[in-house]
Amino acid sequence: MELLIKNGYVYDPINNVNGEKMDIAIKDGKIVETVNEHRAKKIDATGLTVMPGGVDIHCHIAGAEVNTGRLLRPEDHVKDVERKTALTRAGVGYSIPSTFTTGYRYSRMGYTTIMNPSMPPLEAKHTHEELNDTPMLDKATYPLLGDWWFVLEYLNRGDIEGCARHVAWMLRTTKGYAIKIVNPGGLESWGFGRNVHSIDDPVPNFCVTPREIMRGLCKVNKLLNLPHTIHIHTNNLGIPGNYVTTLDTMKCLEDLSPDGKPIGHITHLQFSSFKGDDWPTMSSAAEEIAKYINSHSHLTFDMGQVIFTDTTTMTADGPFQYTLYELSGHKWANGDVETETSSGIVPFQYKRKSVVNATQWSIALELALLVNDPWKMFMTTDHPNGGPFTAYPKIIAWLISKKARLATLKKTHPKAQKRSLLPSIKREMSLYEIAIVTRAGQAKALGLKNKGHLGVGADADVAIYNINPEKIDIARKYKLVRRAFSHAAYTIKDGKVVVKDGEIIQHASGRTIWLDVKTSEPEKVDEEMKQKFRDYWTVEYDNYPVFDHHVTVPDPIPVEAKV
Amino acid sequence: MVTITPKKEFKQPIFAECITPDALKDKHPDEIAQLKVWEGNKQLNFGELFKTEDDANAQNAESFTITLKGDFGKVRRVGYGMSMGEIYVEGNVGMYLGQKMCGGKITVIGNAEGWAGSEMKDGTIEIHGNAGDYLASPYRGSTVGMHGGKIIVHGNVGTDAAVYMHGGIIKIYGNTGQFLGFRMRDGTIHVLQNADTRVGASMTGGKIVVSGFLQEVMPTFTLDSIKPKVKIEEGDTANGPFYMFIGDLAERGEGKLYVSKDKNPQLKHYERFL
Repeated sequence: MELLIKNGYVYDPINNVNGEKMDIAIKDGKIVETVNEHRAKKIDATGLTVMPGGVDIHCHIAGAEVNTGRLLRPEDHVKDVERKTALTRAGVGYSIPSTFTTGYRYSRMGYTTIMNPSMPPLEAKHTHEELNDTPMLDKATYPLLGDWWFVLEYLNRGDIEGCARHVAWMLRTTKGYAIKIVNPGGLESWGFGRNVHSIDDPVPNFCVTPREIMRGLCKVNKLLNLPHTIHIHTNNLGIPGNYVTTLDTMKCLEDLSPDGKPIGHITHLQFSSFKGDDWPTMSSAAEEIAKYINSHSHLTFDMGQVIFTDTTTMTADGPFQYTLYELSGHKWANGDVETETSSGIVPFQYKRKSVVNATQWSIALELALLVNDPWKMFMTTDHPNGGPFTAYPKIIAWLISKKARLATLKKTHPKAQKRSLLPSIKREMSLYEIAIVTRAGQAKALGLKNKGHLGVGADADVAIYNINPEKIDIARKYKLVRRAFSHAAYTIKDGKVVVKDGEIIQHASGRTIWLDVKTSEPEKVDEEMKQKFRDYWTVEYDNYPVFDHHVTVPDPIPVEAKV
Repeated sequence: MVTITPKKEFKQPIFAECITPDALKDKHPDEIAQLKVWEGNKQLNFGELFKTEDDANAQNAESFTITLKGDFGKVRRVGYGMSMGEIYVEGNVGMYLGQKMCGGKITVIGNAEGWAGSEMKDGTIEIHGNAGDYLASPYRGSTVGMHGGKIIVHGNVGTDAAVYMHGGIIKIYGNTGQFLGFRMRDGTIHVLQNADTRVGASMTGGKIVVSGFLQEVMPTFTLDSIKPKVKIEEGDTANGPFYMFIGDLAERGEGKLYVSKDKNPQLKHYERFL
């Protein structure tokens, strides 16, 4: 199967291609130098923008907590129903769509790879079952290891190499992709109704601090040569004044990157950049945070943009979700996942006329625009916490156009308008920068070598949008851009045209990517460990791992560890 | 002025959001026949299921009226979001009658099924028969209830009526099932006959008047006083005497629950708290 995309304006930041008119050749699901022009199927991309398929570094789309969210919100389903067609299945859900619908909606926007960021290891099988049912996309998932009892015990003993072997075993056991740390120490404390309030608060019963957990797992990450960095959801998230904790978190990893390469990813940074003493005085700390990130190179982050809509918040951060319930008085679910993590779900409506919500909206954009290097910043809504991923085209419009930002800002609460830095920010991103923050940068941060670019040998994941960069001024005609990004002209997945003019025309299953980490000396699964499973878990060790048959289309990436 | 009749007896539920004065006004019957409706999982043209006739005699009437003749018991979402005009149903009508309506009037001679007047904002619904469960209540899980308007039911009402009610008036001439006014915040409900238990559970505001028998009041309500009569709306007063309870205290609520003193001798023991 050969395919030739002719004459498009190509944006491929990893290969330094900035809007040049060129052809992209595809053969057997890979990008190649040339194809036989007579035999190949041709797509005329004249006057269209060609980008690598979109990559989302952080979106909650599968697993136990997403499903609990679905159960909790029948009213979210009734207002958004997709009927079945000859090709696609029926589905429901606005902020938490059902699995198939999630796949279709991403694909219609030109996305081809997504990362499910929080998987309690105990729920790994459930998560993989749902990922199997999410079509059109390649996907991976990060196990939550920041409050995992074994990790806490190893770190308490100071045994980094032992911890590394254990984490390698966990990544294989859960078929995971990266180390996810959520409110380190806080989730374990939440099991006893407590929380940690700074990165030096000791975790009850384990004599370690969040600082030690993050530094320890960061070292583990380096020892194991994992493609992605550690993925951190900071302590004190969503609490006014938390930017101090965020800066502490960033600083505590500084010396672990002597060569200046990224070693940590701070996720949904907007929720961790609040100034002020309480909610009435809450304001933006984007300037301080951006200043730090601009002067250091060891971190990347994603936005966690807030959208003014009715959505469902869900994180593994149980204590934060409880706080949110107390603030909103809405219905809620909260859980403690045995020895592993916690979780919480609260429906939430972000309102323009709420000072806090409008300030949050502004913070995310300020962060995105004040950080000069787009390779450090990625576009997300922390779906569905800040809003559903279907709002990405709106965020693109705000990033490329000051006019679009100010039009929305004008409709927000006057106090929030006064506090916002947005009127003073002139920067308007180009399509090249948009390609970085929505695909190239994310793929690079994830260490996915075949994703996020259109060089020879890359996976043939391509998105084509109906934007003619030579004809239109994107900053002025942001509405056209928004429409184009919500309905891709073509989405190509592994060399197959799956979407045309915003409609699904072919089904693709997509693969589940996981890390097959090889350590020189494997983790010993001894009687002591099995006894711990017997004592502390509701499942036996033998029933615990995700077996090969749980993943229908596996794509293991072999990794050689240093231990 | 149009009259709509079903062409057959329906076996599957029909979703006909287009039966509203807003959608049918100024349309020729041929245009109306092209509108889309769902029968089960199939989308069909309106004309395949219903016959539409222009009613020439009634052209002079004040407002645009749709008359539904025949059995509409399986037809859902009649009057969805309507803002003006009238719908006159000669028989029964299906679920979600007048959902999200914000004006106009609906009259039903027969019975209405569940969720009649769900999430309505304004307008009037009058049901001469019985209404099903979830009268004026939002969809399951949603917290946006009735915000205004008026519902009159001459027959009985099922359970969970007026859940999350935020405003408006509901008058029920018959009996009601359990959980009337659950989580109600504002507005007025008057039940002229008997009500089943758990009236006003978790209510935080508003007014519920039960003129008939009510077996027991929730333990989270406290007796405040005895009132000789209660005003329902302008020109309508319910004559008592009534026990006035305040609740639901479990939600720090300030809702008022009036229960007829004469019809409920079993509540007499509350009087010692006065």
